[in-house]
Amino acid sequence: MSAKDKKFVYGLFNDDEVVLDAVSTLRHKGLRVKDVISPFPIHGMDEALGLDRTRIAICCFIYGMLGCSLALLMTYYMNIFDWPMDIGGKPSFAFYKNLPAFIPVTFESTVLCAAHGMVITFYLRSKLLPGVEPNVIHPRMADDHFVMAVQVAEDSDRANVEAQLKSAGAIEIIK
Amino acid sequence: MHKESELRPPLILGDKTWHDITEDVCRPTESKANKWWWLAFSVSVAALMWWIAAVSYTLGTGLGVWGLNKTVGWAWDITNFVWWVGIGHAGTLISAILLLFRQKWRLSINRSAEAMTIFAVICAASFIVTHMGRPWVAYWPLPLPNQFGSLWVNFNSPLVWDVFAISTYFSVSLVFWYTGLIPDFAVIRDRSKTKWRKRIYTLLSFGWVGSAKNWQRFEEVSLVLAGISTPLVLSVHSVVSMDFATSVVPGWHTTIFPPYFVAGAIFSGFAMVQTLLIIVRKVLNLEDYITIYHIDMMNRVILITGSIVGVAYITEFFIAWYSGVEYEQYAFINRATGPYWWAYWSMMTCNVITPQLFWSKKLRESVFATFVISIFVNIGMWFERFVIIVTSLHRDYIPSSWVMYHPTWVEAGIFIGSLGLFFTCFLLFARVFPVIAMSELKTIIKSSSQGAKAKAAKKSSTSTEVHI
Repeated sequence: MSAKDKKFVYGLFNDDEVVLDAVSTLRHKGLRVKDVISPFPIHGMDEALGLDRTRIAICCFIYGMLGCSLALLMTYYMNIFDWPMDIGGKPSFAFYKNLPAFIPVTFESTVLCAAHGMVITFYLRSKLLPGVEPNVIHPRMADDHFVMAVQVAEDSDRANVEAQLKSAGAIEIIK
Repeated sequence: MHKESELRPPLILGDKTWHDITEDVCRPTESKANKWWWLAFSVSVAALMWWIAAVSYTLGTGLGVWGLNKTVGWAWDITNFVWWVGIGHAGTLISAILLLFRQKWRLSINRSAEAMTIFAVICAASFIVTHMGRPWVAYWPLPLPNQFGSLWVNFNSPLVWDVFAISTYFSVSLVFWYTGLIPDFAVIRDRSKTKWRKRIYTLLSFGWVGSAKNWQRFEEVSLVLAGISTPLVLSVHSVVSMDFATSVVPGWHTTIFPPYFVAGAIFSGFAMVQTLLIIVRKVLNLEDYITIYHIDMMNRVILITGSIVGVAYITEFFIAWYSGVEYEQYAFINRATGPYWWAYWSMMTCNVITPQLFWSKKLRESVFATFVISIFVNIGMWFERFVIIVTSLHRDYIPSSWVMYHPTWVEAGIFIGSLGLFFTCFLLFARVFPVIAMSELKTIIKSSSQGAKAKAAKKSSTSTEVHI
C-alpha cells in the first residue's frame, strides 16, 4: 500500500490507548481496519486487529533441531567414523562414549542455527533488508504518532470512513 | 498496558513525552561532537595506534617478542582474552536474562551494554588471533576438509568448544543487538534533513515500518532470542573456564570453575557497564534516563556476584587443603605467599572487599563511589585471571623449570591498545547509533516515568471512589 493509494484512508492518532480503542470500535462498526503503524509495540493490538499468532518461534525450534542434528552428524562423522584419534589414551571409537564431550559443540550449533535461522526468516518474511525503501506515510509515525489504515471499496465511502475515524479520536486524516 | 505502583522509583525522570525521548536520544547523532568527545577519541585512537604497531610487530617477528617462555606459555594474552569475554557477559545478561525476568530498568541501558558486549568480544578475539602467531591459518580450528587426510579437529578438546562458543556468542549477540536497533534507525531516518544522512539510515533501518505484524514478529523474535541467549551466555564462560578446568594443572583442575567464571564474568561486566554509563549519561545528557536508581540496581548485581566470587575463592582454598593433594595445596600457598603475592592480594582486595562496600545504600547511590569501585573491580578481575593463569604455570611439577614471567612492551601495547580499540568503537557508537532503545523505552513512559507517576498519585489522592 502506498500513501497515494486511493483504496486506503489513513487516520493519524497521537495516543496508543485511543488508537487501540478505535481499532475495536471501528471494526465493530464493520470498517476494514487493515493495519496500525506505531512507534512501539502496542500490547493487545494483534488481537484487536485480528492478526494470527506469529509462527516464527516454531521456525526457531525447527532450525534449532536442524543445528543439533547437523552437529551430532558432524562430530560422529569426523571424530568417530572418518578418522578416530586416540589422544592421551582416550580413544574416540564409540559415539555413545564420546557424546558427553560433544555436547558443548552440539549445544552451540543448536543455538547458532536457531538464532540465525529465526532472524533471517524474520527479515525475509517482514521484507527487512538493506536497500528496501520504506513507505513513510507520516514523518512522525516512528516518533510519537500512530497511523491507522482503513481499506475502502469505493471512493464514495471515503467521506464516511474519514468521519468515523475522526469521531474515534483521529487528530488528522492523511491525504 | 503495563501498570506499576506509584511508590516504585520512576525509571524516567521529569515529565517526558514520547517525542522528548526521540529528541534526547537522537540529539547526539544529529549534533557536532563536543571537545570532551574529541579528547577521549584522540586518546583512544592513540592507544589503538599502539595496538596496531604491537600486533604488527608480533605477527611480523613472531611470538618471541612476548615475555612467554617454556614454562609460562600462556600469560597476558589469555588473561586479556578471558577478561574481555567476561566483560561482554553483562550486556547479554541485561538484554536477555533481565528481559525474561521482565525487569523494566534494563530498557535504558540494554543498548549500550550490548554494544559493549560486541566490542569486548572483538577485543577478546584479537588476543586469540595474535596468540596464534600465524593469523593466516586462523581457520584451522574450524572443521573444514583439508589436505592432511582429512585430519579433522578434535571435538573432545575444550579449545575447539571455545571456537564454537565464542563465534556463536559473537554472531548471536550481534544479530540480537542489530534487530533491536532497526526500529530506532527508522526514527533517525524519518527525522533526517540531509540527503546522505537519510540514505545511510534508510540502509541501516532495512526499510522498517512499524506495522502491527512487524511489531508482533519483532517482539516474538526478541523474546525467543532472549530465551536462547540465556543458556548461551552461561555456556560461553563455562566453556572458557573448561580451557583450564579440563587440564591437569594444579590450581586449574577444579569443578567449581564454570559457575565461578560465570559469576566473575557478570561481576566484571557490570563494573564495566557502570564505568561506561556513568560517563555516557553525563556527556550525552541522559541523566533523566539512566538514573541513580539504575546505578543502584546494577550495584546490587555487582554486590551479589562479587560475593559469589568471594565465596568461590575461599572454597577453592578450602578444597585445595581438603583434597590432600600436595601439588594443589602448594599451588594455592604459592599464589598467596609466593613471588606473585602482590597480584593475589590485589585480586582479593579489589574483588572481595571493595564490592562489600555496596551494602551501604549511600555508596550504591553515589555516582563517584560507584565509578571508583567499578574501576577497582575491573582491575581486580584482570588480576584474577592473571593469578589463575600465571601463578599456576610458573612453578610446575619440575622445580628446575620454575621461572618468573615478565611481560614486554609489546604485550603491554596490545593490552593498552585493546582498551583503545574498545573505546574507539564505543565512542563512534555513541555518536552515530541511538544509545538508548527508544522504541522499547517509549512503552513504559505511561507507567514508569516520574510525570506519569505524579499524575497517577494526584488522581488517586483526589478520587473518592472505592475500587474493588
